[in-house]
Amino acid sequence: MTSTILSLAISTSQLVLGIAMCLSCWRLIKGPRAQDRVLALDSLYLNAMLMLVTFGISTSQTIYFEAALVIGLLSFVATAALAKFLMRGEVIE
Amino acid sequence: MAEFAQYLAAFLVLAGAGFSLIAAIGVLRLPDLYTRLHAASKAGAIGAGLVFLAVAVVSLDGAVVLRALLGIVFLLLSTPVSAHLLARAAFRSGEEPTKATTVDDLK
Repeated sequence: MTSTILSLAISTSQLVLGIAMCLSCWRLIKGPRAQDRVLALDSLYLNAMLMLVTFGISTSQTIYFEAALVIGLLSFVATAALAKFLMRGEVIE
Repeated sequence: MAEFAQYLAAFLVLAGAGFSLIAAIGVLRLPDLYTRLHAASKAGAIGAGLVFLAVAVVSLDGAVVLRALLGIVFLLLSTPVSAHLLARAAFRSGEEPTKATTVDDLK
């Protein structure tokens, strides 16, 4: 199904996304304040979602795309809740 | 036609991964939180959108195309909102911008 050039491109982009995840992890460990850590976690979520999508293209299974959509939803909810917590000190008022 | 779609999808996947790498480099190297948010929200959203577009191009199934378009719309809606919430939380808690900032309208 997938041709040689597409599988080569997918392997390369998985490598690139892995490097991006390593850089986000570095900011997650280093980040001077909590806001920086939340931003790094958001970036890490996004890169993990893209990694799942590339797995889905290479294996041509639909379940990966649904998992990627769920991870994107979790990323938004986690970032919104953590930002609310950092601003007010509680999530639900 | 199918071969052309595969070439286009390969280009789109590579471009999306490259934009995500640029976003991660920006998150790591820019000087303060506001510039880091700028890098992560803009470049990250376009990278993810390009990868989802590659899924829509390469798949021959209508349901998968619908899911990919749904993912693009959801990302374009959610990324700016979460970045704005984080920037607001940082500004309310008194995070100072970097010294190179010249205009601060909220002060």
